[in-house]
Amino acid sequence: MPPTNSDESRDLAFQEAIDADRTVEPRDWMPERYRSTMVRQIAQHAHSEIIGMQPEGNWITRAPSLRRKAILLAKVQDEAGHGLYLYAAAETLGVGRGELTELLITGRQKYSSIFNYPTLTWADVGAIGWLVDGAAITNQLALTKTSYGPYARAMVRICREESFHQRQGFELLAELSRGTRAQHEMAQDAVNRWWWPALMMFGPPDSESPNTAQSMAWKIKRVSNDDLRQRFVDMTVPQSRALGLDLPDSQLRWNEARGHYDFGPIDWEEFRQVVGGHGACNAQRIAVRRAADEGGAWVREAARAWEVRQQSRTSAA
Amino acid sequence: MSHSEDWPLWEVFLRGRRGLSHQHVGSLHAPDPELALQNARDLYTRRGEGVSIWVVRSTEVHASDPDDQGPLFDPPSDKAYRHPTFYKVPEDLQL
Ligand SMILES: [Fe+2]
Ligand SMILES: [Fe+2]
Repeated sequence: MPPTNSDESRDLAFQEAIDADRTVEPRDWMPERYRSTMVRQIAQHAHSEIIGMQPEGNWITRAPSLRRKAILLAKVQDEAGHGLYLYAAAETLGVGRGELTELLITGRQKYSSIFNYPTLTWADVGAIGWLVDGAAITNQLALTKTSYGPYARAMVRICREESFHQRQGFELLAELSRGTRAQHEMAQDAVNRWWWPALMMFGPPDSESPNTAQSMAWKIKRVSNDDLRQRFVDMTVPQSRALGLDLPDSQLRWNEARGHYDFGPIDWEEFRQVVGGHGACNAQRIAVRRAADEGGAWVREAARAWEVRQQSRTSAA
Repeated sequence: MSHSEDWPLWEVFLRGRRGLSHQHVGSLHAPDPELALQNARDLYTRRGEGVSIWVVRSTEVHASDPDDQGPLFDPPSDKAYRHPTFYKVPEDLQL
């Protein structure tokens, strides 16, 4: 359909409302591209929470104490909740829950590539909480002011729950770091492996992310990838000192003039490989999600059949 | 299995503590009211956020049209006398 005058004036009015910091709500008119961008971003975020349960979930039965097991269970359960809040936000834009699951398990929608890395030791659970949840919080705090109301509200709820995730990871690593020599080395090894992938979580550099300008104009994104990454680095360096662990970057140093830490170049080729499906665990993550979906199908059907029978009983009575 | 038939959607309302009214907190899918309540408990009250839950089928919620916003909500704006600040009273009195 060719754009008409009224489309143009609606686009203009929409942008003016955004500029005036008016939140967009589900039943408001919005440009088709705003809607599709929002659906893609929220769905990808939801998928990340759901897939993100797997790397840590693998350690629940092997947690070294009852305290650690209870903490890890609670954290993984929170991530399931985050996924559900976000799917509900996506659904306000007219897509179905099942449709989104289908897009995930057929590889047509993505999730954060960080979850395609394996969790090799118990220290990885600490490194994920400290670095991966830490990076996620940095990103999600900025998104509490995103222009789409249901997404922003889901972010507020999620951020409230996330801070324990990062703290438990920090505490876990602190204990290992001050433990035996072998424990300290295990903690250092985990940080060595998770540091760079955590920096990649903020996405490609601003100079190479073509959609950033439009997303910033629509206030979907409030802070650019590079700025968020810098924020995370500045926050994390002092924390690493408190932990007594090194961050694996020889170029990491305070830049007095910039008022920020400088850090070394990120291996974007590795990022592209993992996003492109060639990470260590891509196939496994999707296979597990698909198996859970197919294995749960009979439960969904049975519950629905039960409800249909209840309904017919009440109407017969 | 195809997902063409999702469980119906429910809106969830929570009473934060006694003395407060229920507030909308989000939505979820469930096949019936009983499971909707249980899912709401798991999803929205993991940290003692509520003492009472309502669930309502989303299709049962009727909403005003956002395009009506002007005509529907404008009238009060020219009735400033409905607000206490409209009236001049002696400043030294508790009124
Ligand atoms: Fe999360
Ligand atoms: Fe988390």
